Parts: sequence; C-alpha cells; structure tokens
Amino acid sequence: MPTPDHLYYQDVVLTLKRYWADRGCIIQEPFDAEVGAGTMCPETFLRVLGAKPYRVAYVQPSRRPADGRYGDNPNRLYKHQQLQVILKPSPADVLDLYLGSLEAIGIDLDKHDIKFEEDNWESPTLGAWGVGWQVMLDGLEITQFTYFQQCGGVDLDLIPAELTYGLERLTAFIQNKDSVYDIDWAPGFQYRDVRYNDELQLSVYNFEMADVATLWESFRLHEAEAQRLIEGFKALEMPSRRYPLLAAHEQVLKCSNCFNLLDARGAISVTERVGVIQRVRRLAVGVAQAWVVQQQEVVA
Amino acid sequence: MATHQLLLEVGVEEVPDWMLVPAMDHLRGQVAELLKPLGGEVTLAEATTRRLAIIASGLGEREQDQTQIVKGPPLAAPAPAVEGFARKQGVTAADLGQESGYYQFTKVTPGRAATEILSEKLPAIIMGIPWPKTMLWPGKGGARFIRPIRWLMCLLGDAVVPFAINGVSTGSQTFGHRQLGARTADRKPQAVPVTIENYEAVLEANGVILRAAKRRAKLVEEVGQDNSLVDLHVYLNEWPAAFRGTFDPAYLDLPEEVLVTVMRYHQKYFAVHGEDGKLKPEFIAVMNRKDDPDGLIRHGNERVLRARFNDARFFYEVDQKRTLADRVEDLKAVTFHKEIGNYYEKTLRIVALCDDAASQRAALLAKSDLTTEMVKEFTELQGMVGGRYAAVQGESPEVSQAIYEQYRPLSMDDAIPASRAGQMVALADKIDTLREMFRIGQIPSGSKDPFALRRAAQGVIRILAEGELSFGLSQLADDEKLREFLLDRVRYYFRDVKGFAYDAVNAVLAAGADDLKDVALRLAAIQAVRQTADFEPVAAAFKRIKNILSKAEFAPSQAIDPALLEAGPEADLHAAFVAVKVALSGDYGAQLTAIASLRPVVDAFFNGVMVNVDNAAVRQNRLTLLHSILSEFSSVADFSEIVTAN
Repeated sequence: MPTPDHLYYQDVVLTLKRYWADRGCIIQEPFDAEVGAGTMCPETFLRVLGAKPYRVAYVQPSRRPADGRYGDNPNRLYKHQQLQVILKPSPADVLDLYLGSLEAIGIDLDKHDIKFEEDNWESPTLGAWGVGWQVMLDGLEITQFTYFQQCGGVDLDLIPAELTYGLERLTAFIQNKDSVYDIDWAPGFQYRDVRYNDELQLSVYNFEMADVATLWESFRLHEAEAQRLIEGFKALEMPSRRYPLLAAHEQVLKCSNCFNLLDARGAISVTERVGVIQRVRRLAVGVAQAWVVQQQEVVA
Repeated sequence: MATHQLLLEVGVEEVPDWMLVPAMDHLRGQVAELLKPLGGEVTLAEATTRRLAIIASGLGEREQDQTQIVKGPPLAAPAPAVEGFARKQGVTAADLGQESGYYQFTKVTPGRAATEILSEKLPAIIMGIPWPKTMLWPGKGGARFIRPIRWLMCLLGDAVVPFAINGVSTGSQTFGHRQLGARTADRKPQAVPVTIENYEAVLEANGVILRAAKRRAKLVEEVGQDNSLVDLHVYLNEWPAAFRGTFDPAYLDLPEEVLVTVMRYHQKYFAVHGEDGKLKPEFIAVMNRKDDPDGLIRHGNERVLRARFNDARFFYEVDQKRTLADRVEDLKAVTFHKEIGNYYEKTLRIVALCDDAASQRAALLAKSDLTTEMVKEFTELQGMVGGRYAAVQGESPEVSQAIYEQYRPLSMDDAIPASRAGQMVALADKIDTLREMFRIGQIPSGSKDPFALRRAAQGVIRILAEGELSFGLSQLADDEKLREFLLDRVRYYFRDVKGFAYDAVNAVLAAGADDLKDVALRLAAIQAVRQTADFEPVAAAFKRIKNILSKAEFAPSQAIDPALLEAGPEADLHAAFVAVKVALSGDYGAQLTAIASLRPVVDAFFNGVMVNVDNAAVRQNRLTLLHSILSEFSSVADFSEIVTAN
C-alpha cells in the first residue's frame, strides 16, 4: 500500500477517480481520438450543451505537438494527462469539493498555500469560453477551474464547472520531483520508463518528419467530411436521433489535430492562422448547434 | 429615536483582485444613497476576494412620513361635491381643511420600515454592481454576476433583513478564510454567527483581515516595498503574509528583465535588489495564510521558480545558437500586416529612415528578436531581449541600447529612449507603422484604433519634442491625412500633457508647426510673457490688424513709402516698428517682450489714425505698414489666435 505522503502517479489517478465517483461522477475512459485538451471530447464539449444534468470524470491524454521537447525538458510534454471533471450544474459547494479532492491525495491544506487566481478560458477553435481560475498550490498552477458559459457558440442552459487537473504537475508536487520524468508512476517504474519514447519519437515526427502536404490534405478531407455531415443534418426534414453528429464531431477533432501538427511544423503563417482557426471553429459551432437541435428532439 | 446599525456581507467565490476596488466604490455609493431617507451613513465598506462588506450606522426605524396637500373643491361648492372629495381621500367632510377659499386634505403617507426598504432594494443594488466580465449563474436566463454568491448576511441591529438572490437567503452567519476559518469535523467550512459589533473581530479570529488598509500596511512592512504588486496581493489574499525564498545565483546570468518578469508577472513575486541596485538571488512571495512553520510553502515556490528559470535558460541557450544578424532573413516569415508585408520589409524601411551608422545597424537588428524563443515566451520583453542579446553578441553599446529602447515610450508616463540612436530607431519604427497603416486606409476613428496608432503618433511627437533629433513633421508625414493626425497629437501633447493654454498652442502652431522643439520654446516664451501688462493688448491689436487687412482684401505690392507717412502716431508706429525689427534678437522671450513694447504706439495709432482714408496711396501705404508689422512679428506666434479679455 502506498503511504499517503508519497502516492504513486497511478494512485493519484485512482484516488481522484474514486473521489469523484463517490460524488456522483460517471468514470469514463479517455476518448479514443487525438485531442489537445479534455474539453474537446464529446463527454465535455457535447454534454455541457442542453438542460440535462451530468457528472463525469475521465483522464484524457492531451496532445500539444508544439509543446514537445524530445523528452529533454523536465516540465514540458508533447502529451500530458489531464483529469477532466464536469459537474453540471455546478453545485454550491463545488470549491469545497475540489479542495477535498486535494486532501484526498494527501495534500494537507493546513500546511500549504492555495489560491484561486483569475484565469478566464477561451477556445477560439471550439467557439467556447468560460470564466474561472487557475488554482495555485504554493505558486504552482495545478488545476484550471472554469465555469463554462458558451460552447460551440451556444449559451449553456446550466452552467457547469469544469475542473482540469494537470496530473503530472500535481504528482511531481506530491512526490517533490523537479522533473516529470522522475515521477514514480508505479512501484519500480518512473514516468520516464513509461513515456519517454513517445515524447522523443513523436517530437521527432511532429517537428521534423510530419509531411506538411499530407497534413493539409488530411485537414481538407476531414473538414469536407465534417461539413458534409453538418449540411446533411440541416437538410433533414425531421431531426433524427440516429443521425451521426457524433461522427461529425470526430471529424472536427481530426481537423483540430491536423491544425496543431501543422502549427508545430511551422507550416501555418501568422496570417493563415486566423483563417484556419475560423474554419475549425465554423465546424465546431455547426456541430454544437445541430447537437442542441437533435437533443431537443430526443427529449420531446 | 433609537437608531440601528446595518451590516451587509456578500459572500462570493474568489473575485479577481483588480475588480474589487471599483466594485466596492459602486456598492458603497448605492447603499449610501439608499440609506439617506433612513438617516443612515456608511461607516465601513471593505472587500476581500471572498466578501463585500458594508457597515452603516444611524438608521432610523423607518423613513420619514410623507405629507402631501391635496387641493379640493372651492368652499362654495355644493355639499355632494365636497363629500365626494372627502370620500375619495378616505375621510369625511369634517376632516377636510380650508385654505385660500378651497377645501384641502393633508395626506400623510407613513414612511416605510427600514427592513422593508432594505429587503426590497438591496438585491437589485448588489446585482447591479458593474463588473468588467460576468458569468451566468446558475444558467441561461439566470443572473449575471462576477462569480456565484455563496452566502448573504444582512443584519439591521440584531435582526436579519430578509431577502434572497438566486436562492441564496440572508442570514446572520459568515464564513472565515477557506483554511484558517472554522471548519466542521469533516473539514467542511463552518458558518460562524456574528453580530455587527463583533463582525470584524470574528473574521479576524477566522483568518480574515477585513480592512484593506490593514492588509496593505502588513504587507508593506513585511515586503519592504510599496507598489502595484502590493495592491494585487492586498486583494488576492484574505490573510496575506510575505516570506522570502532564494534561487541559485547561477540564474543571475540570464537577462535581468527575464528574471524579473518571471518573478513579478508570472509568479507575482517581488524581486529583490541590493543596495548596489543589482538583482539578488532572492524573492519575496505572499501566501494566503499566517505562517509556513515547516517551510513547505517556501520550498514549493522555490521549486516552481527553478522550473521557470530553467525554461528561460533553455530559451536563452537555444537563442544564442544564432545571432540577431543571422536572424534578419528569418523575418521574411514573420508577418507585420497581411496588406503591408513582413517584418523583413519593415526592417529595410526603418533602416532607410535612419540617419547614422549606429541607428542603421540597430534598426537592421531591431526586429530579429521576434524570432527568438525568449520573445515567443515573453512577448512583453520584445526589444529588451534583442538589446541584451546584441550586447552579448558583440554589438556596440550604442547599438545594443538602441535596440533595447526601440519600443519606448510605451505610455505617456514612460520616458523616450535615452540615446540618440534609440530615439532614431524608435522614431523610424513608429513613423513607418503610421505611414504604412495610413497607406492601406487603417486610420483610427473614434474609439477604434486597433493598431494603437495614436500611441505610436504620441511617441513620435514626444521623441521629436523631447529628444535630440531634428526632423520636421512635414518631412516625416508624407500624406495630408497623416500630417493632420500628427498635428492633432501635437495639440494634445502641448495642451493636455504639457498644460499650455489652448489659444497659445493655436497661436504658436499657426506660426509654424514643423519643428516641435521650436514650438516648445515659443510656447514657453508666450506663457512667460503673457502675464505682462502689454502682451494681451498687443495681441488684441494684432487681431485688429488682421481683420483690417482681411476686410480690405489687402495684398502687399510695394514697400512702405516713408514720404507718405503722416507725422504723429503713424510715423511713430513706423519708427517703432523699424527700431524693434532691427533690434529683434535673442530668445523668444526677449522678442515677445520687444513686440509687446509696441503697445503704446499701436494704441496711439488706432486712436489717432484712420486707415481707410480716401487717398488710395496713403491707404495702401498704411495697410502695407500694418501688414509688415503683422508678418514681421508673427514668426513666434500668430497673435490673432490669442483669446483676449476685450
């Protein structure tokens, strides 16, 4: 059994999942497509829409190709793990619940300094924004807390609280490690043993070898497919429950990932950037709006 | 009558520090207004990141009764009409009064109870606080507030003033600091009952220093500095306590600006300088609790800073692999504006505007730091990073400094570049931006100024007026609209920033607006001479001369013919004019004093001489004399623009 003052990485994950499961959250598994953040997954992006309450928690590996450092930088990762918690609607004691989760993983808040500092979140590609805080623990940002306001350009019926824990940072803090690669993941295994190869090889691919023409072509194909599906939904006489808007959403995520890869590859000029972001955003907004319509039909 | 105290506390999730002061000012004002009819006065208005608190005293039980005279029918009216009026007022005819031949009724509306008024009005006052950015809570169609309200306390004396906002009802309990306040056995926040009298003390016992001034004084003493970062912490922490940490002195090799930026802006730490002005390997952080007996908080903050500095060192080392000179070509890939082009092209234009070797070299390298990792990470350090890199890459101190200062002045309060080369590069960069933006029609209008062109223009004006360069405005502004735009900033600068009278500014600019240092000298001279007795009368006379000339549609065609001058005031004026003209020298002050000395002869001229006489030759000669005076003495200022008392 791990002792409370030195949880392994996997114990931090398990403890937090247990904690939120005990507070009514569905424990989901990671979404099986490349995303830049847990927010983009349907369990957040689509579930926050509409008037139906929902509580979910899941770990989401999040790919940020431009943040890759070939496994050399002790604090920056191409792919890091987020624990994403959605509480919809946000309960009145949400901050106390959150603080309780920190104590659950052995952080004695009577001995540490915790601050909620203003940090409003906005995702131009998702047409989403919210207000909230970055949660600072002894000067370290460990969680992004957001009260979602809009998603896909749609005003939300119930304001959810989104808690995004940076699991590597949090564990490095708990284990007092200066490098994420030194984190003890499980008995006998460090973060390095588990993840160094991805960081090195994917950094090589993302920065040096990803084929720009192929990525642009992929972007266009996924964009066209998403567009086709969104248009198809709009053309329906009666919105149907079986229409695959979820597939359209996956195509949007693919576009977003292509965009991130192209960006890391330095293939998008500053001028182009705004235009490409708008193209992804248009799709995300299209899916969100269609989703709201479809869900209303299902309820009715 | 017994009076009561009022206590209002709005408990809210952590409000951004910078919003609290204006929000509290608003709330205080609104509550004060509400309490006036009750005789109450706000005695405390304090905010922490989790609460907005108001205490007022002297509230009466109820507002004063309102009396209103309702005029009735004339005394001579038939009885049914009088009874009808009385009935309408809810009384009988016997209760009516009489005044000036009419019945009347004195209607008394009893003042409402204080509780009733507070219950009714406070919710809207609280929800009416204007926040810069609000959230919907709890959802669509709900209220908008900065963050969710979690508790409300409102006491009038001992009694709770009942109201609710979005399902949160008022009570007589507060909550303390999240960690230092009372908590239940299972570590949940525990509500604490308070009275108006013990409110502040109860909060203090629960880890909250209510008064901002007290938190501030504590911090100033502990930190030993007093600046805007102190204010930030005053409103970020309910119990701020400063502590010192250290970092590895090896990091002091990094540019100081980078270290300070990381500490101050990213980590909200105070940087510490020694008596020699050098940065020390120390920082002061502020925690939201009383102490750190095990040093865990200090240790954590040191660890975070180390990681941040490591990142910065990584950027620094990567950046040194290629010099700024190597990077100039890379600027072709950095867009300045899609319709204007890239930074490489901009660089070449700036170089072409510069007038000596140092400024040209600095201009060539000035924008290269935009391609460095350091500036990508710390965009606010653009220019400074370039300047520091230039110095370590063997550029001359003059060139390095010019690169370092190229974005100055950043604001009205900021100084212009100290070095001549810095002024040159800054001027060239700004004027190029202005020219190009005007060329593509990006001209600021009203509040729309997305490229901050007013600020750029203001920088141009200040560098020209305060610096060592001598460029004429018309030389820099190649188009009429830009010239007008710059002139507008010139007027703003001399009037609103420098505080010169608007008519003096108009007068001086009308006599020449190209050389701003000269404009400044002439303005100073006018300001000095203006106080003397003769100045304004002479200015008035110049205005009269200008009117006469314009009415006569005078165009000079010949020189003054002394033979045609009439003995007396006209000849005297001419003699004085010639004498002053010949003697006109020295600084503008002396010149203006000399011109003002014409007053007696000018007055005598206008009192004794008629300009519009029938004799055309004499008339023409007089007009020529006046025109000569006007044109000869208008090089300092156009006096006709001076607003005079008569």
